[in-house]
Amino acid sequence: MEMSQYLEIFIEESKEHLQACNEKLLELEKSPENLSIVNDIFRSAHTLKGMSATMGYEDLANLTHQMENVLDAIRNGKNSVTPVLLDTVFAAVDLLEEMVFSIADGGDGKKDVEHVVSRLKAIENGSDVPEKIALSPSVSGENKLGSYDDFQKTIIMQSNEQGFHAFELTVQLREGCLLKAVRAFMVFEILDQAGEIVKSVPSVDQLEEENFENEFSVAILTQMSKEELESRILKVSEIEKAEALPINLEYLAAQEETAAALQEAAGASAELAAVPEAAPEAAQKAKTSSKTIRVNIDRLDILMNLFEELVIDRGRLETISKDLKNAELQETVERMTRISGDLQSIILNMRMVPIETVFNRFPRMVRQLAKDLNKKIDLHISGAETELDRTVIDEIGDPLVHLIRNSMDHGIEAPEIRAGKAKSETGRVELKAYHSGNHVFIEVSDDGAGINREKVLRRAIERGIVTEASSLEMTERQINELIFAPGFSTAEQISDISGRGVGLDVVKSAIEALGGSVTVDSEEGKGSLFSVQLPLTLSIISVLLVELEKEKFAIPISSVIETAVIRKEDIMNAHNQKVIDFRGKIVPLVFLKQIFDVPQDEAEESEYLSMVVVKKGERLAGLVVDSFIGQLEVVLKPLGSYLNGVFAISGATILGDGEVALIVDCNALIK
Amino acid sequence: MQTNESIEKKIIIFRLGEEEFGIPVELVKSIEKVQSITRVPGTASYITGVLNLRGVITPVIDLRERFELSSYEPTEFTRMIVVSIHDTEAGLIADAANDVIDIRAEQIEPSPEVAGIIKTDYISGVVKVDKRLIIMLDLEEVLHSPSLPASSGA
Repeated sequence: MEMSQYLEIFIEESKEHLQACNEKLLELEKSPENLSIVNDIFRSAHTLKGMSATMGYEDLANLTHQMENVLDAIRNGKNSVTPVLLDTVFAAVDLLEEMVFSIADGGDGKKDVEHVVSRLKAIENGSDVPEKIALSPSVSGENKLGSYDDFQKTIIMQSNEQGFHAFELTVQLREGCLLKAVRAFMVFEILDQAGEIVKSVPSVDQLEEENFENEFSVAILTQMSKEELESRILKVSEIEKAEALPINLEYLAAQEETAAALQEAAGASAELAAVPEAAPEAAQKAKTSSKTIRVNIDRLDILMNLFEELVIDRGRLETISKDLKNAELQETVERMTRISGDLQSIILNMRMVPIETVFNRFPRMVRQLAKDLNKKIDLHISGAETELDRTVIDEIGDPLVHLIRNSMDHGIEAPEIRAGKAKSETGRVELKAYHSGNHVFIEVSDDGAGINREKVLRRAIERGIVTEASSLEMTERQINELIFAPGFSTAEQISDISGRGVGLDVVKSAIEALGGSVTVDSEEGKGSLFSVQLPLTLSIISVLLVELEKEKFAIPISSVIETAVIRKEDIMNAHNQKVIDFRGKIVPLVFLKQIFDVPQDEAEESEYLSMVVVKKGERLAGLVVDSFIGQLEVVLKPLGSYLNGVFAISGATILGDGEVALIVDCNALIK
Repeated sequence: MQTNESIEKKIIIFRLGEEEFGIPVELVKSIEKVQSITRVPGTASYITGVLNLRGVITPVIDLRERFELSSYEPTEFTRMIVVSIHDTEAGLIADAANDVIDIRAEQIEPSPEVAGIIKTDYISGVVKVDKRLIIMLDLEEVLHSPSLPASSGA
């Protein structure tokens, strides 16, 4: 069967399930006795197993199967949640993740799972259940039918004494079977003759409503042999497989004991009863899945492009209707303008994804890293629902990983040091996201040691990043920022200063590439705060449109400080560079017409010049233009591979009249 | 129609001056009238600029400039042939584009040493159809350009 069409869905859903596993495992670690969490994990693992088996990824299916067994043992009270068990399951999830990512990258998803599988098996068998039943095939039957209530157990036990066999019978319908409910009914007819049905999963009601995949399981008491039962069922047409497995009575007994024990201990009877099909949660799941739909981001891009076309035509229509002054036309165009405005915001919103998708991976990472570092660290996350453009989301993960690692590694002190400083042994790392204006802020803060400015400065001087003399004039903030300097991170012995520095220049450039910025505040001994500011979306930016002769250029507002009109006679010369005194600051002038080689019309000389003051970091420059057209929101578009690397142009945009305006890269203009 | 064992190829024919050039149809995305083009400063002289092609910013190459021919005022026949090769999309400006013909692969002859008005580098072969000589362009070579300008910030 050709599966490639499902591959994308498979990968996406697998990632979701793995994420769910990760989250729930972390929860489980905090409350190991909560069986409903185990159920959640089990469900994810089970789905994953089914999916990967269907897709033909055997290693994946194998590993999930074994994971499922371990989880099943927990929820049946056969195993308890221990740190070793959690670590192993975490390792299994990691391995699964690797495999899924390898599949996503076009690999075959094969991986040596033997090691983890055997560890899982060892855990599963290591429990003190007297009878070894773990690896007998009946376990998978148990999985399908879950546990039995007391009444069912009693019946099974009693009938066994009367010479009945108890089987768990799994019937699989042929792929593409049309009348599933009818087949199920026919099977039940036969079973009714053969003996007594104790339980079925899914329930009879659900079977009647065709509310099942291709498989159902029943527990049946019969005098027939396994073979006879199976062959009878197989007589029904469109049945792929029928497999009867004896119900292990010792296992049932053991289950009963542990169940009773658990009931006493935790009063968890409600949860136990809910094991087979946790109905409320299943219902909840169904609700959410019907509300969302997965859309390829490329399609959204196409939609956006088409919409822009529409907006351009709308602009033309507006002009036409203004010229014609036909009331009816004007009214229609106005309405169309309003509707398309709404449509635009909807399309833009569709690209917005909660930052949760990025934040989700951090609890796991922090847990592992804290272990590796021998530190006690609590991670607090807030604002995970904050939405960002998908393109930003895709890029922001790695820089945040760096920052969090940095806080944990260099910020938070070891427990004994913290104790000595009258701090709680457990350090606190906070991850926070929020909207403010047209930006999203993401903060990573810790209550660790903070930045030791003296050491940072000494290091920077050693590395030749600043000179001794200039260091004297630096503000605290400027010293903090030194940790983002490129030379700083190459230090091979970072840990000899208590400061920070691993790869922070990479973080800074990654964030700046997204059109954002990062700053750091710190108080020694109290902790540090990294603040990342990002544009809400990369595709739409606010620009100041300016004119140079007949050509229009767009200057990103994020770089603009203000606009001014200056007198020619105020221009001064300094080292062959025209400068101007702007509010007491000497600002170099950049004549855009020269830079961009604009064909010059014979124009009358004016004694005034229009200037846009732009900034790059602390430095300013005055871009001289002919006139300002105004501020507008534009869709940022790349110039394309053929024209990349054009000096001082960072992209292009399409204006309302369909013309292209180039976007000025202010950073390239300020040296 | 005669059955022919060799593979038929469709090529788009366009004109520069008196000469006719051909591009395989599968590389041509569309043929457009020339719309207003935005100049991109600091690029090679044969890059006319960029334009908005249904929402995609597309670079435009003036083939006359590219082949170092005398420049020519646009007329109503001037067309832009939008080609796409290896993910690079570009519009090529030609004096006219008005023909599609079928040729057989073996009709393409290696480019002669002297091919007339343009450098042989840009030619992948020539095709004789009746009395017409069609020069097959080597698009990869035509589009091969250091994207960086010759003199930055000129």
